[in-house]
Amino acid sequence: MPLLEIVNLTVDFATANGSFRAVDSIDLSIDEREIVAIVGESGSGKSVAMLALMGLLPWTATVSADCIRFDGQDLLGMNDKQRRKIIGKDISMIFQEPMTSLNPCFTIGYQLTEVLCQHFGGRRRSYNNRAVELLQQVGIPAAETRLNAYPHQLSGGMCQRVMIAMMIACQPKLLIADEPTTALDVTIQAQILELLVELQQNNNMALVLITHDMAVVAETAERVVVLYAGWQVEQRSALDLFSNPRHPYTEALLNALPERAQGKLLNAIPGVVPGQLDRPKGCIFNPRCCYVQDLCRQQIPERQEGVLCHYPLELDLKPSRSSQDMVTDS
Amino acid sequence: MLHFLINRLMLLVPVFFGVTLVAFGFIRVLPGDPVEVLAGERGVSPEKHAEILAQLGFDKPLWQQYFSYLGDILQGDLGVSIITNRPVIEEFFELFPATVELATCAIIFALIIGIPAGIIAATKRGTWVDQGIMGLSLTGYSMPIFWWGLLLIILFSNTLGWTPVSGRLSFIFEVDHVTGFMLIDTLLSDEQGSFWSALHHLILPSVVLGTIPLAVIARQTRSAMLEVLSEDYVRTARAKGLSPFRVIAIHALRNALITVVTVIGLQVALLLAGAILTETIFGWPGIGKWIIFSVFSRDYYAVQGGLLLIAVCVMIVNLIVDLLYGFINPRILQQRNKT
Repeated sequence: MPLLEIVNLTVDFATANGSFRAVDSIDLSIDEREIVAIVGESGSGKSVAMLALMGLLPWTATVSADCIRFDGQDLLGMNDKQRRKIIGKDISMIFQEPMTSLNPCFTIGYQLTEVLCQHFGGRRRSYNNRAVELLQQVGIPAAETRLNAYPHQLSGGMCQRVMIAMMIACQPKLLIADEPTTALDVTIQAQILELLVELQQNNNMALVLITHDMAVVAETAERVVVLYAGWQVEQRSALDLFSNPRHPYTEALLNALPERAQGKLLNAIPGVVPGQLDRPKGCIFNPRCCYVQDLCRQQIPERQEGVLCHYPLELDLKPSRSSQDMVTDS
Repeated sequence: MLHFLINRLMLLVPVFFGVTLVAFGFIRVLPGDPVEVLAGERGVSPEKHAEILAQLGFDKPLWQQYFSYLGDILQGDLGVSIITNRPVIEEFFELFPATVELATCAIIFALIIGIPAGIIAATKRGTWVDQGIMGLSLTGYSMPIFWWGLLLIILFSNTLGWTPVSGRLSFIFEVDHVTGFMLIDTLLSDEQGSFWSALHHLILPSVVLGTIPLAVIARQTRSAMLEVLSEDYVRTARAKGLSPFRVIAIHALRNALITVVTVIGLQVALLLAGAILTETIFGWPGIGKWIIFSVFSRDYYAVQGGLLLIAVCVMIVNLIVDLLYGFINPRILQQRNKT
């Protein structure tokens, strides 16, 4: 049985111009100790889908699904109180902006021990040792003195480490990392990713990595989910996906990698992700697809073998190389 | 911190001199002088008029009067009231506790209702609860104090008979003046029931004086909360599985308080100004009434001294507010220490 099973997850936002579907029938299942990457351009619904799972969307959002099961429990049927016992304990999430994700008015120690008190009870002070241990685990030097520091006294990378410490404090079974490295320096990015993967292995967590960095995906993920404008266009193992993309969007994404550019120009995808008012008829990707046919402009495609396309790309039957090579090859 | 405190105190010096100039100038711009007012309708001969003015020192050029006044202030002498012949400082501090007591109760009333109302409106944004609270607060904000006071007196004192109409204490009690704060004095005295009587007398004036601050605090709390609630750290707090109460009352409110505390500081000045009307309506023996009386009788020293002391109070309150910022949000403290 998978650790997390999501069937037909849909998220609508109420806006001034009527309702807007940010996430459209996504299926996702994650096994224990698995690393899954969710990729896609900005605005493709990656974060929204995961925030919906956490119950962190603003009140304008309506979430519906056929099934959301985590560790044998039905999250859909739960009330908020029951869900809060799981959120932050068994499922936790780290965010994009480490500097603003920590509360400026409270010390690191307060924010760290607070989550432990919330889920295990007891007094905050009794968790001080555990807090130091956690800070050491995420590689923060002089952890004891950091307990009394405020977030503004730390760098962005350090803040992200504190966030990670806070979110693994209760030893979650599933950690969702929402573009954890986007706001950080390139050198720090690699360290944070390394740390996440190391923690995933040591703590036996499943890890969902939301990113638009294909290099990160190739390095870490076992399985990849590709989202486009709220549609789940492809879901495959990382190895397959990199060697044999089957959806034209996935192929275009991979071709846009600098490593794969031929000549001086990058292979960009023309146009932008459709917004609320310019959604095309038929397949949502058809205006930007280079293989577009008449059928694509008329009819919404059905999902076949994990690919949401009328005309999936043919399997390339050449012996596949490792996904890492595919990215780093130039 | 000390550095910051000294810095702020230095800034107060020019403000202080500015206030002395305004207070000095303001009362002299008004037509008439104390002698004319004292003489009343009977009038006074021009010779006698000039003689008394000369006695009081008001015949000298204005700049001379100002500098001798300034010299007196710097020695701690605010002059003697022309009407009562008592030192202004003595009169002021005799009446000041009554005003402070009223203003404190008014601000407590405004905070106890205003902050929760603002929080509720923010968390229920866009619903009828929000619109109701904001509508009420707008009504409160636009309410003329004197009319609002009279309405409440008609309802609660006349029709329902729940509260007294005016004064600080029922005549049946005799309480020694120890602190000047009636609530404390009545507690110290052994008169049975006098504390309740004092409290009873405070309710309506506090409500009337606190209405405008209440409206302002509710609106500011709402907008500060709305801003804070969309911050990333509030989402983090929710992602930890904290209860909505904890997220709002601990994580969001602490950040929103910066704005609210600023507003409270600004409201104190308005409270003292508003006290003039409220004290007049309710016959409250505070400095508001005293200043009005002093202005009407052109009691130059009393008006100058009174305005100056009130301004100093407002300056002190705002200094305290500045210091509070650092305790609420340590980040501000750090930015200050750098400068």
